[in-house]
Amino acid sequence: MRWFAQLRMRMQMLFGRGKAAVRLDEELRYHLEEQIAENIAGGMSAEEARYAAMRAFGNPALLREQARATWSWTWLELLLRDVRYGVRTLARTPGFAAVAILVMALGIGANVALFTVVRSVLLKPLPFKDPDRLMMLYENSSEQFPYNAIAGGVFAEWQKQNRSYSNLSLIGDAELNLSGAGGQLPEKMRGGNCTWNFLDTLGVQPALGRNFTSADDQLSANGTVLITWGLWKRRFGGNPAILNQSIRLNGRPYTVIGILPAWFAYPDASTQLWTPVYHDKPAEVMAKVGFHMFGAIGRLKPGVAAEQGVADLSVITRRVHDQHLDNPLVSKAANSLPLLEDMVGEVKRPLYVLLAATGCVLLIACLNVANLLVARAAARRKELAVRTALGGSRLRLLRERLMESFLLSAAGGAAGLMLAYGAVKWLVHTRQDMSRVESIHIDGFVAAVTAGLIVLCALFAGLISSLSTKNNQLLVSLQDSARGSSAGHARARLRMTLLAAEVGLTVVLLISAGLLLKSYEHLRSSDVGCATRNVLTMQLDVFGARYRQPAQLVNFYSELLARVRALPGVDAAGFVQAVPGQGYWGDDAFAIVEHPPLPKGQAQFAINRWADPGYFAAMGIPILRGHTFDPNRQLDHANQAVISDSFAKQYFPAEDPLGKHLHFEDRDYEIAGIVADTRYLLAKDPKPMQYYPLLTGLQNNGALVTRSSRDAEQLALPVQRIVQEMDHDLAVSDVLTMDQLLGKSTQDESFNATLLVAFAALSLLLAGVGLFGVLSYMVAQRTSEIGIRIALGAQREQVLLKVLLDGLRPALFGLALGLVGSVGAARLIRSMLFGTQPLDPMVFADVSAMLLLVAALACLVPAWRASRLDPMQALRTE
Amino acid sequence: MGKPSDLVQGTLDLLILKTIQLEPMHGWAIAKRIQQVSGEVLQVQQGSLYPALHRLEQQGWIKAKWAESETGRQAKFYALTAAGRGQLEKETSNWNRLSAAIDLIVTEA
Repeated sequence: MRWFAQLRMRMQMLFGRGKAAVRLDEELRYHLEEQIAENIAGGMSAEEARYAAMRAFGNPALLREQARATWSWTWLELLLRDVRYGVRTLARTPGFAAVAILVMALGIGANVALFTVVRSVLLKPLPFKDPDRLMMLYENSSEQFPYNAIAGGVFAEWQKQNRSYSNLSLIGDAELNLSGAGGQLPEKMRGGNCTWNFLDTLGVQPALGRNFTSADDQLSANGTVLITWGLWKRRFGGNPAILNQSIRLNGRPYTVIGILPAWFAYPDASTQLWTPVYHDKPAEVMAKVGFHMFGAIGRLKPGVAAEQGVADLSVITRRVHDQHLDNPLVSKAANSLPLLEDMVGEVKRPLYVLLAATGCVLLIACLNVANLLVARAAARRKELAVRTALGGSRLRLLRERLMESFLLSAAGGAAGLMLAYGAVKWLVHTRQDMSRVESIHIDGFVAAVTAGLIVLCALFAGLISSLSTKNNQLLVSLQDSARGSSAGHARARLRMTLLAAEVGLTVVLLISAGLLLKSYEHLRSSDVGCATRNVLTMQLDVFGARYRQPAQLVNFYSELLARVRALPGVDAAGFVQAVPGQGYWGDDAFAIVEHPPLPKGQAQFAINRWADPGYFAAMGIPILRGHTFDPNRQLDHANQAVISDSFAKQYFPAEDPLGKHLHFEDRDYEIAGIVADTRYLLAKDPKPMQYYPLLTGLQNNGALVTRSSRDAEQLALPVQRIVQEMDHDLAVSDVLTMDQLLGKSTQDESFNATLLVAFAALSLLLAGVGLFGVLSYMVAQRTSEIGIRIALGAQREQVLLKVLLDGLRPALFGLALGLVGSVGAARLIRSMLFGTQPLDPMVFADVSAMLLLVAALACLVPAWRASRLDPMQALRTE
Repeated sequence: MGKPSDLVQGTLDLLILKTIQLEPMHGWAIAKRIQQVSGEVLQVQQGSLYPALHRLEQQGWIKAKWAESETGRQAKFYALTAAGRGQLEKETSNWNRLSAAIDLIVTEA
């Protein structure tokens, strides 16, 4: 029961504190009065009795304090008093407080935002059942392609023979055309093909309706589809009646059997539909062992290591390989990555680099606030010395200092949290392409981390500034302020060290940002190899029963291109599988008929593209020799190929390629022309490319490109209208100008460079402000000294120079420190650089020059002010 | 000036608990009683009782009640709680052990 009594006592003391204080006074007074009464009864005079009672009692004020100190919540009382003091002191210098809070807010805000992203994207486990056991599986084809896509035939063997995974499921991308119904427009969207056990493998249940069954996952089954929550809300109004209704995908009917949970976004939020793979794909595609086109997810059995799983699959793959020695495309081994790693591996390094950068910004912010606090402490030296002399405890003074820095950090942290909230919102909005972006949000854990950051910053800034106050130099402090002498140098030295550290960190950030910026500019200015101005691109999939025959496809392409070319304002139009800068897309094996056959089991690959005869002219890709495809040769007669310059150089080093034949997918094509190289990605060097005629009618999707002499975006609507008129079930997607497309493909680099530059600029500003503040303060402290110097005949230029050098010394020291640190930092971001050396001398030189310039500017104002001092006034200031 | 530390460390608590064992008392009476019973040997600074009383109250060893004193005024009376009784026994036996040990050393030497 004692705990209960104690609890009651605590509550009484918390809420009845004022009353208890009154009661305590009464109690003490009662005692004194009793004693006085007794003394008087013993024969003393009233006054004598009073003094005697007081003597026996002791100092009532002190005893009252001691009694109060035994009460619960005393710490709270003291804390509140400290807070009150702190707020009052800070409010006396609102400018200082505002600057310090702003600095802290920026530092903490940036960190919280980046930490939120890192935690949500990289650290949080995937929202699936036992996500640690989920592996993304690959074929290990060669040293060049250690993580290759999986062939259907190989997967079938894995499925049959493996003993390491409790579930294996195949997944593949699918571009799906959702036909419009009831006045809705058709829509082209990303979807996925999967084996029926896909959701079981992940450990997910549909939110509504049912999962696939093995009966759905067959060629003969009726079409079934699972749709995401987002699509259901957006396209079907969130109406459960859509269940068991039929929708048309790529012209075929599919029954909606279930709706995925709202949180489900795999591999990202843009994948909106899932259909069974064995129903959608022809049996011969699923049986191919050298046609790499799928991904697979495996769930490791409990206790089985990832390596064991890979070894198991590799043995099976090797067996398949040995059974198909004539096919050079069959892999010999398998590979795997943890599913999370597979999803976020690419953004890992950039995110950590950005987090490190924000960490630097925060450190600089703390150093700056510490510096400001040191300045205040120095200005209040006399006050503090007097208080110490009067018996103020050292702990008490330290506590006050920490409280001040804590108040600044807390206010900054609160503002920073709001800042972070906005930043995260912006980031999620702008980076829809990033994996797991949908899972990013500020939660309790992030809030707790923010609180931790606040305390850390408060301790850091507060303790550093407290270090500068040496209480044992009490007397020195009191004497120091005597007229005519200058402030002690020890304190200045501490502040100079802080400044140098600040400048050093800033240099590291500036150089990293500079390198990324240069790399990005390099990337954007690299020549993709084709026209990029006024070129409009859009993706088109030609699906449906109307295009089963190659001839139907060829008719569609011919009519489409003829009508687009006839539009006013269109200079040229063409159709290609993928335009330059759009990505690798795909490669294929080929053989040169005139060359001796390759040894059994070997093959040569090149990127392949299906293109219409007008494509090269439309994209402005120069034809170096020969000519483009003959537009009159169509279907089986379209037997010409075009190769790129690097293809010619690599595979026909000593002969004329024109007139030679390429054997490709069971047909022979005569090489009719050689075109200039283009880059499949801006960041990659051109690779050999082989072009085959679209007019064979073998390819049913790609990009329509339209070139105009004026703003190509104006053509977007008219071209889309033509597609609609030709077939109202077809939808175009990704309507982008070439410039936009290239910008999108370099979005990551642009994003990283922009953010890092912003952080670096922020730190430069902070460092500049820090320099300015410290030097201004030093000049103010030394006003009388400078006054005397000038009065004694010092030249104003000399004074200017001396103060300037005082300020520049820590900047120079920091610069040297920063340059050394940057060498290490540059190595870390090497893999993010394109066409830029990590030790790029231009960047290092530019950054050094810029830093010195900013430092000089920051120092110039106080130095100039010092040199303009009026000696008479300066000497009167104290 | 005599401070509570002039007493053997921690004995003030024991003295207070022992003094109010029989009946609830107010601060002044406790001070008087300690002085009288110890034959004026223990000169407790009267005021220093109060921090000790408040500490014991916070710890739940004693409880306080305002009541009319013998002189007809309101005074704060302290009484032992059940937990306080246990504490008193513990501290008494502690004290006995300690004083016996000291006694042993002092007489042996």
